[in-house]
Amino acid sequence: MSERVAIVGIGWSGFRPGTPDVSYKEMIYEAAVRAYNDAGVDPRKDVQSFVTVAEDFHEGTSIFDEYTPDQLGAAMKSMHTITGDGLHGLATAVMLIRTGRFDVVAVEGHSKASNILTPDAITAYAQDPVLNRPLRLNTHFVAGMEMNRYLYESGADADACAGVVSKNRRNALKNPLASFAADFSPDEVLGGPSLAWPLGMHETAKSADGAVVMVLASEKTSASLTDNPIWIAGIGWCNDSPSLESRAWAKLPYIEKSARMAFQQAGIKNPFGEIDFAEIDDTYAYKELQSLEALGVCGFGQAGALLKDGVLDPAGEFPVNVSGGSLGVGHLLDATGLHRALEAALQLRGEAGAHQLKDVHVGLVQSWRGVPTTSGAVAVLTN
Amino acid sequence: MTSRIKHFPGTSLGEKDFDEGKVLFVHDELKADYAWDTGIGIGSYLAGLKRGVILGSYCAHCRKIVVPPRTVCEWCFHPMNEYVQVKDTGMVNTFSLCYVTWDVQRISEPEIPAVIMLDGASELSDSSVIMGGILHKLGEVDPQKVHIGMRVQAVWKPEPEREGAITDILYFKPI
Repeated sequence: MSERVAIVGIGWSGFRPGTPDVSYKEMIYEAAVRAYNDAGVDPRKDVQSFVTVAEDFHEGTSIFDEYTPDQLGAAMKSMHTITGDGLHGLATAVMLIRTGRFDVVAVEGHSKASNILTPDAITAYAQDPVLNRPLRLNTHFVAGMEMNRYLYESGADADACAGVVSKNRRNALKNPLASFAADFSPDEVLGGPSLAWPLGMHETAKSADGAVVMVLASEKTSASLTDNPIWIAGIGWCNDSPSLESRAWAKLPYIEKSARMAFQQAGIKNPFGEIDFAEIDDTYAYKELQSLEALGVCGFGQAGALLKDGVLDPAGEFPVNVSGGSLGVGHLLDATGLHRALEAALQLRGEAGAHQLKDVHVGLVQSWRGVPTTSGAVAVLTN
Repeated sequence: MTSRIKHFPGTSLGEKDFDEGKVLFVHDELKADYAWDTGIGIGSYLAGLKRGVILGSYCAHCRKIVVPPRTVCEWCFHPMNEYVQVKDTGMVNTFSLCYVTWDVQRISEPEIPAVIMLDGASELSDSSVIMGGILHKLGEVDPQKVHIGMRVQAVWKPEPEREGAITDILYFKPI
């Protein structure tokens, strides 16, 4: 029960705004082959269980779990699909291994966002059908209202949010996986069109296609597979009531609670002092600041100042989204949490290339399922 | 609810009550449009259908052929890079006589979906096998005479009308 769980293999493919050359199955296969090769495992013999994350409406196929085994080498094996973020998948794999029944488990998440021709209509279907949907509002309105109340209560300003966009898209310049790298100034961000005031178009992550596969193993088994295990030291998740009428608009209590769960497992008492870097939600620019506060990296209303003081820069004291985040890399739908975990694992292995941070040992990963949800997850990874 | 109570207070509901808005409900319709990238395997398959051929992929490791072709063998997880043409003839593995249509209309002449085990594997090697078959419909046949094991052949759309779709084969008919 106390045995630790490690990431022993990582693989990815795609990470482009469009991937017309491959089907989703072929894209997943590419990522899976790399992950299994990285872990030195044969999925037909060594991987005992498989967890995938997918949302039927994103796939355009209901009961999507039927379509996941063959490209993962999971046919006729223990497997299931979760309608959740990649971090929910990672948490499930950790639990499977902790049962003692499975030593090696693979987790898969992917996005074929480019194949969804009516994404806003799909997202609108996440609104309550009786109370909210008849008002016929584009679902980004939820982010606009959240940002408005967050700025009002926290004292953060539009400049800080624009600074997040500028930082992350510049960070992406050093990440070959990133689709939206740009030398983009805060003024350019603020000068862009409005989406749901105070939220601007440029403060919203664009979607990308991609697949991520990870191989997890028990501590005992990981020793025979890798010299470079990345430990999942803590993982937590939480959902708030979905009500748009009564949620805490300025704060993210479900992220606070997810973080407490993960930090308790990892033994982290002072996130800012004990964690070296973070890959966290920036689906909308303000979310990075709001999430940092919910994660306890700083107090409520202090994240904007950290951003402006350069603390969140790659060279700063607490680098956030060095990969470029969702704003720089592209939002990968349900695979987003796995993408962040992938970036954190690369950093902790020292394999992040041009955007490698020096001397990092503890990484923080956090994800959110997007508007209009209050569904989040947090993981602490260590090397 | 209990069997001891014989009469319940209340008003019975009819279709009319819904039409007249006496019962409250909310109706909505989803606009969900997708354009799936067919990719390498399925893309090749559809291009083959347009030319009037049925392609599968062959795993030399497992000596198995799958239709339609894929890029990975689900049994051994090796890449499947070899495309093979199988025949458009075969044998009915299973079928059903369907008296309700796709859009839920009752019909008197049934539609006949079938899985057809295609010929052609033995030409590749003595031990090659085609895993499964093709799912399609049967036509030009008396529904009562369809049987498992029946020999059938594809009836293709005229070439100018083919568009690289599973419907480029109209149906399979008995031979």
